[in-house]
Amino acid sequence: MLVTGVARQLGGRFVRRVQREPDVDRVIGVDAVPPEHHLGGADFLRADIRHPTIGRVLAEQGVDTVVHMDVNGTPLGKRGSRATVKETNVIGTMQLLGACQKTPSVKRLVIKSSTNVYGSAPRDPAVFTESTPPKSLPSGGFAKDVVEVEGYVRGFARRRPDVAVCVLRFANVLGPCADSPLAEYFSLPVLPTVLGFDPRLQFVHEDDAIEVLRIAAGEPARSTLNSGTFNIAGDGVLLLSQAARRLGRPTLPFFLPTVTWVGSALRSVGALDFSPEQIRLLTHGRVVDTTQMRETLGFHPRYSTPEAFADFARSRGAGLLPPETLARTVDRIAALMPAGSGQN
Amino acid sequence: MAHGLNFLRRRITGDYEIDDFGYDAELTDQVIMSVLRPFKEKYFRVEVKGIENIPEKGAALIVANHSGTLPVDGLMLQVAVHDHHPAARNVRMLAADLVFVLPLINELSRKLGHTLACAEDAQTLLERGEVVGVMPEGFKGIGKPFSERYKLQRFGRGGFVQTALRAGAPIVPCSIVGAEEIYPMIGNSKTLARLFGIPYFPLTPAFPWLGPLGLVPLPTKWTIQFGEPIPTDGYSPEAADDPMLMFNLTDQVRETIQHTLYKLLVQRRSVFF
Repeated sequence: MLVTGVARQLGGRFVRRVQREPDVDRVIGVDAVPPEHHLGGADFLRADIRHPTIGRVLAEQGVDTVVHMDVNGTPLGKRGSRATVKETNVIGTMQLLGACQKTPSVKRLVIKSSTNVYGSAPRDPAVFTESTPPKSLPSGGFAKDVVEVEGYVRGFARRRPDVAVCVLRFANVLGPCADSPLAEYFSLPVLPTVLGFDPRLQFVHEDDAIEVLRIAAGEPARSTLNSGTFNIAGDGVLLLSQAARRLGRPTLPFFLPTVTWVGSALRSVGALDFSPEQIRLLTHGRVVDTTQMRETLGFHPRYSTPEAFADFARSRGAGLLPPETLARTVDRIAALMPAGSGQN
Repeated sequence: MAHGLNFLRRRITGDYEIDDFGYDAELTDQVIMSVLRPFKEKYFRVEVKGIENIPEKGAALIVANHSGTLPVDGLMLQVAVHDHHPAARNVRMLAADLVFVLPLINELSRKLGHTLACAEDAQTLLERGEVVGVMPEGFKGIGKPFSERYKLQRFGRGGFVQTALRAGAPIVPCSIVGAEEIYPMIGNSKTLARLFGIPYFPLTPAFPWLGPLGLVPLPTKWTIQFGEPIPTDGYSPEAADDPMLMFNLTDQVRETIQHTLYKLLVQRRSVFF
């Protein structure tokens, strides 16, 4: 099994987890930079997937399963630029798929995609299913990368019908060690929001993300099918205002035309790396339908959206307005009320 | 009092649930409905007839006429069903895309359980067994001049019938009398409409001449009548793709609403009482 993008937290965790599977005898982790975390005995190969060397690796090692996790919205660490990320996403995927096509031993391909492919627009349906075409295609940034990556993957699936291809469209992954821009956003002391908009958000817990990748990379269980495109998200929905209250962080609404300006100001002081599509997500929100994930893929997430968020909130410590303190204050006021009025 | 404090406690700690569409049942029932109710009961004195035509449980599609320059009729329909129906059902209204572009309006609309008027959302809601409300005339109906009051406009392309058929949900025709006269639209400034990017810019006897005062609707007397449900479960699955059948059913619904409107208008003593 070959896993790309292992220098990231999620990639590293997945490599450590998948080695415990009985039918996996060898895992090769690939990334352009050496990971800071250990890979639990998997072989690490420092290779850039944008270069044709990746094809040689696949052929020499007789790889049968490729898990492509190197599709990311933000650069790893502080140094990388958006241009490099885009190249790794798009050119890297092209190279990797080209290599897979020429390697007959490859039998299974798993792609970590994102629900960003649907974009985020007011004129879209409220709940996206896997077959919903977005009304306005993402014009740039990570969302466009994902759309292109999925396009290449569909082309590959046509040319190599013998390979089981599984595209997992993840909602925002959150958890104690998440390092996504959204996790950074929720760590700000005061959350900037868009005035008059309360987006609906969905999360996947890290543990669930690892688990569903494992299911997709292995043999399908009885009466399930693990090739195709699946939305991956926890049950339920949180509104941004609700999430902020549960986190205990006050919000600061900005008028929509000034939001981009606030975003770039935050970026320039280094507080947050925020792209236009994240601002769109935090304006209009996005919810996906997960029926296919349950019924076809046979995956039932352990954490719902609120639970994944609660787990994330616990790991981040209390905000300025901890919900417990607010609740206690209200209880205290209730206790001060005359006993007679407390009956109803 | 304790009830209010409990409510406050849940709200400020974020301890409440919303559905996939952003419908906040608690906020709708406790706050927004209480704000809208006086308008329904005291201001427009809405008389509700035929509420028994909305099923106790399970999906149904309410199809209503649309009028009044601002979509007050949709809100009144929602309050009326919630307050008069024995099961206090919440109608999930389908709203124009303009609603979801406007700040604040989109937020309130989603929390009230409304969603974008598109086949996907309507079908999902019907499959979940919700009562969905649609006003197929859209902007043509709500933004028509006062002289054309109570004349039903074209019902889109009849997509609502298709959706109801696919979900097997009965169609409940609904006629609303009184909403036409709340803002009598005597003119339409196309230039201003284009400037603001909205489909029409109403000129009424009071708006925009009296400023914010012109936004006060006239206190007309309303009647909301629900008609006999039209079943859609007897058709084969391919029926939804049969354009002739779609036209016929759309026409049937439209005729029912139009005739009921005429009947209610004849019975009406005056616009205001």
